[in-house]
Amino acid sequence: MAMGLKHKDLLGIQDLTVEEIGVILDTATSMQEIASRDIKKVPTLRGKTIINLFYEPSTRTRTSFEIAGKWMSADVINISTAGSSVVKGESLKDTGLTLQAMHPDIVVIRHPVAGAPKLLAGYIRASVINAGDGAHEHPTQALLDLFTIREKRGTLQGLKAAIVGDIVHSRVARSNIFAMQKVGMQVRVCGPATMLPRYLDRLGVEVFKRIESAIAEADVIMMLRVQLERQGTSLFPTLREYSKLFGLNLDRLKAAKQDVLIMHPGPINRGVEIAPEVADGPYSLILNQVENGVAIRMALLYLLAGGPAAANN
Amino acid sequence: MRILIEGGRVIDPANRVDAVLDVLIEDGRIAAVGPPRSARDAAPPDRVLDARGKVVCPGFVDLHVHLREPGREDKETIATGTRAAARGGFTSVCCMPNTHPVNDNQSVTEFILDRAKREGSVNVFPVGAITKGQQGEELAEIGELVRAGCVAISDDGKPVMNAEVMRRALEYAGMFGIPVVQHAEDLHLTGKGVMHEGLVSTELGMRGIPAASEAVIVARDLLLAELAGSHYHVAHITTAEAVRLVRDAKAKGLKVTCEVCPHHFALSDDAVRSFSTNAKMSPPLRSTRHVEAIKAALRDGTIDAIATDHAPHTLQEKEQEFDYAPNGIIGLETAFGLTVTMLVEAEVLSLSQAIARLTCEPARVFNLPKGTLSVGADADVTIVDPTREWVVDVKRFASKSRNSPFHGWKLRGEVLATIVGGKVVWELEG
Repeated sequence: MAMGLKHKDLLGIQDLTVEEIGVILDTATSMQEIASRDIKKVPTLRGKTIINLFYEPSTRTRTSFEIAGKWMSADVINISTAGSSVVKGESLKDTGLTLQAMHPDIVVIRHPVAGAPKLLAGYIRASVINAGDGAHEHPTQALLDLFTIREKRGTLQGLKAAIVGDIVHSRVARSNIFAMQKVGMQVRVCGPATMLPRYLDRLGVEVFKRIESAIAEADVIMMLRVQLERQGTSLFPTLREYSKLFGLNLDRLKAAKQDVLIMHPGPINRGVEIAPEVADGPYSLILNQVENGVAIRMALLYLLAGGPAAANN
Repeated sequence: MRILIEGGRVIDPANRVDAVLDVLIEDGRIAAVGPPRSARDAAPPDRVLDARGKVVCPGFVDLHVHLREPGREDKETIATGTRAAARGGFTSVCCMPNTHPVNDNQSVTEFILDRAKREGSVNVFPVGAITKGQQGEELAEIGELVRAGCVAISDDGKPVMNAEVMRRALEYAGMFGIPVVQHAEDLHLTGKGVMHEGLVSTELGMRGIPAASEAVIVARDLLLAELAGSHYHVAHITTAEAVRLVRDAKAKGLKVTCEVCPHHFALSDDAVRSFSTNAKMSPPLRSTRHVEAIKAALRDGTIDAIATDHAPHTLQEKEQEFDYAPNGIIGLETAFGLTVTMLVEAEVLSLSQAIARLTCEPARVFNLPKGTLSVGADADVTIVDPTREWVVDVKRFASKSRNSPFHGWKLRGEVLATIVGGKVVWELEG
């Protein structure tokens, strides 16, 4: 490994340089092959302990981190807060200090509040990986998205991505906006005015009112899930109307490039933001994203716990 | 007891005084203010304070503090809160009614005043609740609150959302000549917001509180104040739009006043990028555009007073995830340094104007017989060194709490001594 990461933690894409993103993606490429083996196990992280600390429900991210750790022979412990001392009112600080006393090497945290991983990282010596904090960042998702695009296109520089949907509640959108801009992609966003945060244009993002214009010329369309569980007030009248105005269906897809890539961080609401024929269609990379998620997380676990930095200890 | 404060630059904006003078205190009152040594002709003083090279001004008046007693003595008490006030140069503080129980009746007011008399370091003026239990529905017994000693009414911490209740509160309070103090925030627009809605909230993915949340209520209330013909005061104003509304209302001759907190001119929403919960307050830290508008409004007199909104919270409450932490920071012990550093040094206000915003102006807003060095006035005096640099260290605060975002800041302008009713209640060592 030529170089590792300078950081103890991975809290957000905003902390990474473009070179570091390159290292993570290249490392993931070398991890990919393990998935195709008969015996999916390498000794890389033997003796390392990884704790998945999830304050929110998750299928793919938690499983992905768990598999990534196990394939590299780390001991992986899953804590979901529903069955933990958190329900007894234990603070994040105390939970962190308690876990630290058991000497984990990495704590992967998902939390409903922006900044919670940073708070935790300040209390513990273990590396902290942000697996999603509120609507702030979801850096491993953005990295696996870049990886998936690069795998299909061979390059990232100069590509145009259209991110469509509930931008305001989406940590995936934020991490992808930051990541795509760092690697030289152009980002457009589109969604109901009530779901677009203010001043997006000042982030260097092009804002579109109509999905047809947003997806024309796009190399990548990234559809976001309508996050029904995060709706405080009504940001759109009905799912039916949302689907009519912003859903990606075969008809709309005609406006897009022939070889456009279609992505979705999941879980998808079939028939709401994405029609089944599109989700299951030939341009859909939704399952590639899931598959590549494991490789990206193996790369990060390796770089933070087993890579060059650890070798120096 | 006679105290002679000798040779200081006396800045007393109420009397348009800015000159090197001696101040003689006798029996708790200002006995004389005159040229150096003129006061020496009388009997020798019991104590002489050498103020040469220093500034002598009226004691500061804070329209907005939370002393937390009764109910949350783990955060602050009347004893510790008023000691913090003394350290910060404040000789009078007006305490908000959101205690437990709420100060919505005379027995709570009497308790506060009794405690303050026995344990307080500075003068305490209670602010009563507008509505029973601060529920925003039924008027509190405002007449009895005033008779017991309340100088204003407010549901601070919460707005009065019901326009009809606000109208009646203004009309009713008008009978007693006291201001109605509004925490101007539309709770529907605020929703679950935790910081100012702007570029920073967009980047951080945090729920935003739009600037309009404040201005919408100010606009509504100004119409109601006009209808009622009563004195309306906007607590902790933060937005360009609210300031514009107040400026226009003043130009029209309405009896409207407002205050600003030091953190709202010293910090912007950029401070939230650290996710520090000491950057979480209500109203939230606003963007630079609003901060600049606030400074302009201080300069042109739209903003009458600087008030701290001193809001103590325990360490464990602030050591939480941003969304879960309570709003507010302590401010009594940093207010003067921030005012000098951010306003006087930056040439937003002259030193004399800044002192006016801390003394005679707030006293005028709440009709308090304070904030002046007139002969015969209560001897509430603060001695400061406006050029001295110091480093904020929360561990040295007199407040029980430590929730300040200014820890480690180098500030110019330090309080050297605080005198309340002729008694020296705070002196900086060394």
